[in-house]
Amino acid sequence: MLKDLFQSPDYFQVDELLTEEHLMVRDTVRQWVKKEVSPIIEDACQQAKFPSHIIGGLGQLGCFGPTIPQEYGGGGMDHIAYGLMMQELERGDSGIRSTASVQGSLVMYPIFTFGSEEQKRKYLPKLASGQWMGCFGLTEPDFGSNPSGMITHFRDAGDHVVLNGAKMWISNAPFAQIAVVWAKDDDGIIRGIIVERGMPGFTTPETKGKWSLRASATGELVFDNVKVPKENILPGAKGLKGPLSCLSSARYGIAWGVIGAAMDCYDTALRYAKERIQFDRPIAGFQLTQKKLAEMITEITKAQLMNWRLGVLKNEGKATPAQISMAKRNSCDIATRIARDARQILGGMGITGEYPIMRHMMNLESVITYEGTHEIHLLITGQDITGLDAFH
Amino acid sequence: MKILVCISKTPDTTAKIAFTDNNTKFNEAGVQFIINPYDEWYALVRALELKETLGATVHLVTVGGADTEPVIRKALALGGDEAFRINTDSQDSFYIASQIAAHAKQQGYDLIFTGKETIDYNGSAIGGMVAELLDLPYVSIAAKFELSGTQATINREIEGGEEIVTVALPVVVSCQKGMAEARIPNMRGIMAARTKPLAVIEPVAADSLTAVSTYELPPAKAGVKLISADNVDELVKLLHEEAKVI
Repeated sequence: MLKDLFQSPDYFQVDELLTEEHLMVRDTVRQWVKKEVSPIIEDACQQAKFPSHIIGGLGQLGCFGPTIPQEYGGGGMDHIAYGLMMQELERGDSGIRSTASVQGSLVMYPIFTFGSEEQKRKYLPKLASGQWMGCFGLTEPDFGSNPSGMITHFRDAGDHVVLNGAKMWISNAPFAQIAVVWAKDDDGIIRGIIVERGMPGFTTPETKGKWSLRASATGELVFDNVKVPKENILPGAKGLKGPLSCLSSARYGIAWGVIGAAMDCYDTALRYAKERIQFDRPIAGFQLTQKKLAEMITEITKAQLMNWRLGVLKNEGKATPAQISMAKRNSCDIATRIARDARQILGGMGITGEYPIMRHMMNLESVITYEGTHEIHLLITGQDITGLDAFH
Repeated sequence: MKILVCISKTPDTTAKIAFTDNNTKFNEAGVQFIINPYDEWYALVRALELKETLGATVHLVTVGGADTEPVIRKALALGGDEAFRINTDSQDSFYIASQIAAHAKQQGYDLIFTGKETIDYNGSAIGGMVAELLDLPYVSIAAKFELSGTQATINREIEGGEEIVTVALPVVVSCQKGMAEARIPNMRGIMAARTKPLAVIEPVAADSLTAVSTYELPPAKAGVKLISADNVDELVKLLHEEAKVI
């Protein structure tokens, strides 16, 4: 890939809504991404290889669980700082942001929110430093948008439980030391349980041949009569609300994250359009190019403002799952369109690895699908405003 | 050991340079500011390394208005222990150096690091002036700094080679590339910087010895003329008549 010249657009002076500390967080992660991610990400994607050497750096930087209190190894930061970190990581690559999102929002968050004090002390500091990586098992081969139908279950066997079933499309699965797995108990109630690598009967085959998130490792979680100690069950989560609250936390990060990818596409296309000469003048001077660029910056600006407001609400404990859903849907929707238009501005160069656009474009196809598809998020908003459930 | 690192804010290297007030002032509108790279990457990081290996307290000082606080907070996030902002601003090196020297005299430092220059006005004057005002030895443009007890060994880059200097503390040193590897702060450091002390102190009376009359931008570069490879005659003609190099 060419040298990373990224400069973030700020058409409505949104920076003025951020604190000095937020800006420092954002600039720090941006600096780290330029140094550690940009030089290696194209190659990692081409080879479909997760760059595991950056895990230590992500941990050292503080990208794993930044909103978790410091006494458990987290950063104790607010949600806007977290959002900005996700924005900058995804500006580098959605796969890198996914790795951090899963660790923070889907593994550390449920352990912190629903775990016992012993579980928090045992797992959170190691997860925060990146010494241990975690993954989150909710989706099953036949239960994606409809997780309540899951068939993975465990039965009570005295001092332990016996877990059976399978999970699919699990980021970080191939290398994670622990998995936060959602499964039904003997009464059919969904519970969270921490499964550790090495427990007999637990395997994590890798999902090969992806055309998206190629720098992130995805796999399955297979449980064949896995004996799990009862102390690994999260005591505070009963029912679908547990995993759904994790998804809200992760969706919040995605709403910010994909705007990073969109900014990178816009920034790349703008720079290219000003330099690329056709018919004796820069293509940025043509109306059809300007239409694309003008629409891109408008959508990025609207999303920045929505994310900032959502962050304020989240800091005040007032952000609703439906608001987070709307922001996730909107951000993913506009980012995929922006990536496509940016690719078109770059013409043939847009499909090469010299520029980040095609990589972002392919990644965003996953991001608009996982953590609730675009369609499911429309139904969440629909239900919220009409009071009528259109899921069934 | 007590170390003082002098921190200056400078425009980001990608900033567009323009002037206001009849070309006597730098136009700061829309410009992003950073810590002067020589102060951050070399002076501060080497001071932090000394703190980590030998034990030291690292103080930071900057001379400027409240708008310099983001850069000094970043220096605290990187690992500085305590910061001082001298609440005044000037383009005159002697005035700035007088402020730093007055602060240093009061605190008493074993070691004072500055960057070899700031990347905006490139004065390279503060270190030498501070040393003179404090009556301390001064070693400029240091690329390596080692300490054994109170004896420092400093490698300086000189034309076509290197000079190795030994000097007893206390000393003022201006730092350049080679002293240390640039660091990126982390979230823990940023959170810690929130509560680290940043004292605002009022300036002492000092003279300004210079005043800027005007700034000028270099002339815009002329565009490139591309002559096709089969038109050598035209190329020779232009080199002779226009560029006047043959």
